[in-house]
Amino acid sequence: MTHQFPALSPEQKKALSDIAQRIVASGKGILAADESVGTMGNRLQKINVENTEENRRAFREILFSSDASINQSIGGVILFHETLYQKDSSGKPFPTLIKEKGIVVGIKLDKGTAPLAGTNGETTIQGKQRSKYDYDCTVVSSAGLDGLAERCAQYKKDGADFGKWRAVLKITSTTPSQLAIQENANTLARYASICQQHGLVPIVEPEILPDGDHDLQRCQYVTEKVLAAVYKALNDHHVYLEGTLLKPNMVTAGHSCPKKYTPQDVAVATVTTLLRTVPAAVPGICFLSGGQSEEEASLNLNAMNQSPLPKPWKLTFSYGRALQASALAAWVGKSENKKAAQEAFRKRAQINSLACRGQYVVSGKTDAAAMQSLFTASYTY
Amino acid sequence: MTHQYPALTAEQKKELSDIALRIVAPGKGILAADESVGDMAKRLNQIGVENTEENRRLYRQILFSADSRVKKCIGGVIFFHETMYQKADDGTPFVQMIKDKGIVVGIKVDKGVVPLAGTDGETTTQGLDGLSERCAQYKKDGADFAKWRCVLKISDNTPSALAIMENANVLARYASICQQNGIVPIVEPEILPDGDHDLKRCQYVTEKVLAAVYKALSDHHVYLEGTLLKPNMVTPGHSCPTKYSPEEIAMATVTALRRTVPPAVPGVTFLSGGQSEEEASINLNAINTCPLARPWALTFSYGRALQASALSAWRGQRDNASAATEEFVKRAEVNGLAALGKYEGSGDESGAAGQSLYVANHAY
Repeated sequence: MTHQFPALSPEQKKALSDIAQRIVASGKGILAADESVGTMGNRLQKINVENTEENRRAFREILFSSDASINQSIGGVILFHETLYQKDSSGKPFPTLIKEKGIVVGIKLDKGTAPLAGTNGETTIQGKQRSKYDYDCTVVSSAGLDGLAERCAQYKKDGADFGKWRAVLKITSTTPSQLAIQENANTLARYASICQQHGLVPIVEPEILPDGDHDLQRCQYVTEKVLAAVYKALNDHHVYLEGTLLKPNMVTAGHSCPKKYTPQDVAVATVTTLLRTVPAAVPGICFLSGGQSEEEASLNLNAMNQSPLPKPWKLTFSYGRALQASALAAWVGKSENKKAAQEAFRKRAQINSLACRGQYVVSGKTDAAAMQSLFTASYTY
Repeated sequence: MTHQYPALTAEQKKELSDIALRIVAPGKGILAADESVGDMAKRLNQIGVENTEENRRLYRQILFSADSRVKKCIGGVIFFHETMYQKADDGTPFVQMIKDKGIVVGIKVDKGVVPLAGTDGETTTQGLDGLSERCAQYKKDGADFAKWRCVLKISDNTPSALAIMENANVLARYASICQQNGIVPIVEPEILPDGDHDLKRCQYVTEKVLAAVYKALSDHHVYLEGTLLKPNMVTPGHSCPTKYSPEEIAMATVTALRRTVPPAVPGVTFLSGGQSEEEASINLNAINTCPLARPWALTFSYGRALQASALSAWRGQRDNASAATEEFVKRAEVNGLAALGKYEGSGDESGAAGQSLYVANHAY
């Protein structure tokens, strides 16, 4: 406790810090294109496209072969394992295609959630297939990190410079419990520590789902408790904060909350929460969109960046659905729609780039796809 | 854990936040004049003055009769209990003299350190019993903030996990109780400079201690915007053979704070912990010119580093009173400048101020 046994050399620290800074450079955010096979299935089903490996590849190619100027808005792309090893139509590996544009490649490292026994449907995260001993809470919750070091080393060789690991918490009258908060915070910290040992910047994602009818204050309270636990755990595990990023939920009311709040309400609640819990050493906070429509996600991010509250970290985006919904709707699986799909993606990327500088001015009509809520109940990958 | 039972109303929060911001307004810091009777004995002994209640009163009068120049550089004064109820020669209560200058009155509320059994000479701090009633009374009597000092020590096997956890917890309890009574708690987790450890070791320990403090404050539902932090600067131990520049001390200190102190905390008011007057000012200035982003006010809460010259100018002689007051005002103004990063040194040090020993890309 009192002696330091340095986890990282100065060179390792600098490398991590540089990567993090590049991802959240001014006006840039992250494209979360790391949907698992199952989740891509949901997306493709909505546009009546079959969930084949080729279709998944084709859609990602549309995104990644955008004009290089997309690098003004996109600092990093998170990939799913399958995608990291796919290529474009000319045979160029996706990581190369992305890196050529000066964009950092990231990799999703978790493989879903596993139950925490004795809780009210709460989960922790795991990094491998569920153990056959999954009635034994201890075995399941610690199995997730097995082999992570080796996987990180391999992904680093294969072009990744950051990782992402999603923990899930839920608000009900009895949750999140002390155990769920502490266990998820601890696992996130272990993951972060291992990543940094292998030159990967860990994106730490403690998502509190928007499911429920709780109000904004409740979400704020829970988010403050969760983030305080996360940063205590990161400190306990000797994680180098300057070489990490945070991917939290915005502070919003639950989806079935009768009360409506403005983007300014969301902005103040969110930034206040972060000011109370996230040390200034963290270079950037990249919000998840969590079922918000494309437009909502941009307006909320914009309101935060316009807020007079101090913001010692970058406040930007790490959006999946909220960057891709229009592109998917424009594509509908047809290669002749490639340009239209790319344009739809480029537009959302640019809007979010403006939003992370507080410069997004809404003008004219926004199309149906942008306004459509992308909420899926109890969202899991 | 999942439901909030609000500890404070919106009005209570605003009041606390306003007080805190007034204390650490730009260019202002705190005069820590809360030496206990025992501490004052040491100070007065050094200048050959008897430790009587009257002498203590006369001495504080010297500080508190400073002219309006101190309004710009002193945002708060911490009192000891006895002093709260003393008056100037003309019968004006000290509390009123301070408030009339627009300065916030604070009160030391801890009751000293007690041993933690089973540790290597470590301590916790007592004073929670009846604290709520005491706070309510002090608030009526003019205090708007309080101070509570915990002490940790660096050695081969300290601070231990228990010492860190226990002191963080007691600080959080104190802070919670203060806020219930409209009093802004200054949270002071002092890590002593005793020892031969280097700068890195102090930084490491400071980061661990502060992380524990802020987790405890969160657990105890303390409203951070209505608190202040009074930490040690990150420095090498007193007997460390390696010498460090003010810029290195500044980098280590600000890095440690950036990693642990949430930006919602309005101000960090450093203790001087045995540094000389000039050292404490130079270091504070370096902290305020450090190239890292600093989202809280970084200022002073100095005892000895504001009063040493005044004490030796006074030497217990009434005739020396105004000269002594002048010494205090001078140090107060210097530290006010240092809190803005505008202090250029006393002249002897001015060469050193230009000579940065800061190494770019040094990993902290």
